[in-house]
Amino acid sequence: MTHKSSPLENSPLSVKYLSMRYHHKPVLTDVSFEIPEGKTIAIVGPNGAGKSTLLKGIMGLEPIMEGQVNFFGEPLANQRLATAYVPQREEIDWDFPINVLDVVLMGRHGHLKLWQRPSQIDHEIAEQALKDLQMWDFKDRQISELSGGQQQRVFLARALAQKANLYLMDEPFAGVDVATEKTIIELFKDLKSKGKTIICVHHDLNTVGEYFDWIIFINARLVAAGPVEEVLTKENLSKTYGGRLSLLNDLTEKMYRTQLNKAHDTD
Amino acid sequence: MDAFTLINPPSLWDNWLAFWSFEDMNVLWVLIGSILLGMSASVIGGFAFLRRRSLIGDALAHAALPGVMMAFLLFQTRDPLIMFLGAVTSSFIGFFLIDWLPKNTKIKADAALAITLSFFFALGLMLLSFIQGLEVSNKSGLDKILFGQAAAMTEEDIRLLAVVTIFILVTVSLFFQKFRLIAFNQTYAKTIGLAVNRYELLLALLIVMSVVVGLQLVGVVLMAAVLLTPIAAARYWSSQLSHILIIAASLGALSAIISTQISYLAPAMPTGPWMVVSLSMLFIISLIFAPKKGLLKRYLEHKALRQKVSEENILRTLYKLVERQSFQHHHFNQADILGLRSVPADCLQNTLKLLCKKSLITSDPKGFKLTEKGLEKAIQLTRRHRLWENYLNEQADLTPDQVHQQAERIEHILTDEQEAQLRLELTNSLLDPHGNPIPDASNHVSPQLKKVQEPLT
Amino acid sequence: MINDIWILATAALVAASCALVGVFLILRRQALMGDAISHSVLLGIVLAYLITDSRSLPVMLGGAVIIGLVTAWLSDSLHRFGKLQSDASIGIIFTLFFAIGVILVSLYAGQIDLDQECVLYGEIAFVPFDTITIGGLDNDKESGFEIGPRAFWGIGIVFSIVLISIVVGFNRLKTVAFHPNLAISLGINVVFWHYFLMTLVSITTVASFDAVGAILVVALLVIPASSAYLLASSLKSMLWLAVAYSQAAVVIGYSLSYILDSSISASIAVSAGILLFITILVLQVQKKLRQKRVITIKMVETVKTTL
Repeated sequence: MTHKSSPLENSPLSVKYLSMRYHHKPVLTDVSFEIPEGKTIAIVGPNGAGKSTLLKGIMGLEPIMEGQVNFFGEPLANQRLATAYVPQREEIDWDFPINVLDVVLMGRHGHLKLWQRPSQIDHEIAEQALKDLQMWDFKDRQISELSGGQQQRVFLARALAQKANLYLMDEPFAGVDVATEKTIIELFKDLKSKGKTIICVHHDLNTVGEYFDWIIFINARLVAAGPVEEVLTKENLSKTYGGRLSLLNDLTEKMYRTQLNKAHDTD
Repeated sequence: MDAFTLINPPSLWDNWLAFWSFEDMNVLWVLIGSILLGMSASVIGGFAFLRRRSLIGDALAHAALPGVMMAFLLFQTRDPLIMFLGAVTSSFIGFFLIDWLPKNTKIKADAALAITLSFFFALGLMLLSFIQGLEVSNKSGLDKILFGQAAAMTEEDIRLLAVVTIFILVTVSLFFQKFRLIAFNQTYAKTIGLAVNRYELLLALLIVMSVVVGLQLVGVVLMAAVLLTPIAAARYWSSQLSHILIIAASLGALSAIISTQISYLAPAMPTGPWMVVSLSMLFIISLIFAPKKGLLKRYLEHKALRQKVSEENILRTLYKLVERQSFQHHHFNQADILGLRSVPADCLQNTLKLLCKKSLITSDPKGFKLTEKGLEKAIQLTRRHRLWENYLNEQADLTPDQVHQQAERIEHILTDEQEAQLRLELTNSLLDPHGNPIPDASNHVSPQLKKVQEPLT
Repeated sequence: MINDIWILATAALVAASCALVGVFLILRRQALMGDAISHSVLLGIVLAYLITDSRSLPVMLGGAVIIGLVTAWLSDSLHRFGKLQSDASIGIIFTLFFAIGVILVSLYAGQIDLDQECVLYGEIAFVPFDTITIGGLDNDKESGFEIGPRAFWGIGIVFSIVLISIVVGFNRLKTVAFHPNLAISLGINVVFWHYFLMTLVSITTVASFDAVGAILVVALLVIPASSAYLLASSLKSMLWLAVAYSQAAVVIGYSLSYILDSSISASIAVSAGILLFITILVLQVQKKLRQKRVITIKMVETVKTTL
């Protein structure tokens, strides 16, 4: 039970009792963990285990039933700009009339007031981010004209331009070419050396030990969380990829269906 | 107040009587026609709704307009059949456009619908205004298909209406199983070798036909609601498709009767809007009062659940108090209960009263005490609570301080079978994670609890 | 002649406002919401008139905004609490509102300066006759100074509001339209911007109502913006293209109505559609040609290698 070791001072991300659902189906139940600063962390689990949902719940993109999420000891609202999110590639409308540079400049919007336009400095930051990912030559392309790996790099550049301290990425390695994979690994190293924290949903069990320092095993609930060398065990893998706890699943679903969770005003 | 003079009180009643005496055979025919329309449109709209194309009727009705105008321009006649064929043709073109645009261009499905709808409608209006500028005979009344006018329908119109709607109803009942399968799971239908495309085309044809034939009665602009609203309302009444469709058809028929009457009582009134308003009222009634899924029912269920939860919570608190007193004391006052569980005072009093009424507890000057029946219930709840805590601790790797809140809820919905399964899966069912004993599952009270039983009996 | 200019100017402003707002409707995939609000606005206009007994611009705008937001909000609530598909809930709400609007119009036809006809077509040909005078005594138009048609000034003000909103909120609107989840993660209030857009749609449709009626405005909202969507590579170019398409439609439509003696507003909408279909046709032909060229190049290569 590594995830409940002594509470970290101002952990970049601490999640307590997080529960989420889809309609009446429980997706995540009572997930709690705290992550250390300056590490790369993988969220691992089978299909439908709630990995992306966890990321969305953390970012406040999908409603959470219960629980608490803190960033650097504060609620998200106070730490928006310190947190950058990279969505899954499939979620993006690639037909949208927008070019590469504009996408990356969006990373600067959070820093701007309503009436402000991106300044020279913002442009320089965006340029640097694109150069870091070897995408500067493509800055005027409409985003649908890029390959899968290039599209992924654009969104990484956008996150980079946000100059955040914590990066949340939904499957950055999915469907990218070898060159992009290498670029992303380099980027991780670079960010880590600057003390930044990176959390990724990750699919590939073969590379997880190599690319990441920490693992959070998820299968509708938290199975284990901790440093790779401690938690990457056969036991945890079989727990994660074995079936779900049927009773827990059934009863949580019944609880949502009857809205029992709202019937308790006397807690 | 022009329109009010049309419905002036003395003649209203007479008109109504005249309507229902069917002195005018035409009235009867229009009534029957509109009932048939209401039924067939609701049923066919049901399938459109299930295929997640709720607003297809809206677009198709608008798309029929230029067809009607073109047919009139080309043949210079208002023969219902020719109008019908013209409308069906242009509606079908609209149908394919809605399908084609998202598949072959960047344009998304919702935009394709809005584009088709507004373009065809504009084209129809342009032709209409062009026709009105021409020197041709019997052009008047063409504009009645915009909002519908039941009273203006001719015998021929109604005959066509009857034939088409009956055709639709018969076809749907013949192919009901196939349509249902396709609406529910298209891919599966394909894998079992059904000619899905052919049935889809048939369904499209039926939708187009029912839309087109309804124009005279309901009008282009509001035809969408006649396809959509009945099925949406009927869904609250049942979960079985055949029942839903029958209910939808009845709602459609009912609103047809209402609106046809209004059209007769106030001839200046367009029929379509009244049909939509009456359908919407039926929808709102369904939404609120439907016996299984209505909002009222859902509200009452939730309230009952709340009541049950607060009763059971008090029972379990009383048991905990008994347990803490090592089963020596059995009388506790409100302050004792509040010491263990924070409940609003008035809520607590209400719940205690209810528990007394159900004779789960007794109240006397010494305080509240669990009856035998109450004790049994309280033991069951406590057992389930603690078993669940154990389960979360053992199987879901939660720490003892993480398990309580979940168990607080699950205790209320665990069934006997689930409890038995829980015992099978647990290695330890004697003590909960906090070290409290788990009371025995059988209804024989354990020796330790026997002590409690004696003073009770 | 002067009347023609007023008509054209009004139509140009209507088309431009609709095109600008329509761009965001298309990008947000809210075309059907545009359809719904433009229908509902009729009820807003009629109710605002019946309650206040006035047809002044602020009253009409107020009524439209309220009813527009109510439509958006009710559709959303019905979707969530009534557990209906979202397009079904939109359809139920707007058909009801529009039906009530039409019934009220036919009940009070004598009182309101509205009838079923103008609900459908608008009366852009009559726009020049309903003018605003300033400086004159009440009910005495002769003594004042005539500044032009009411509809022109109405849509003029709305156009300025739309333009200013887009210029000021450009970045926010862009981010929200592009990817709502990204916007949320940047701390942008997506719900606010959604209702803000609905407000813009409402005021645009109400100001266009006199000119083009409740339904043709849908064509102006979605069609030029869709044409622009097919060609644009950035949001800015999409906005410019949409306006260009809308203005072309106005000019072509106006000539068409002159030749055929047909309704001006309907002809403008039809022209917008024709322009869209021409655009699609050109793009399809280009695509086919490009495919053919690729095939020929491949064939040439295979021939070369075999030789």
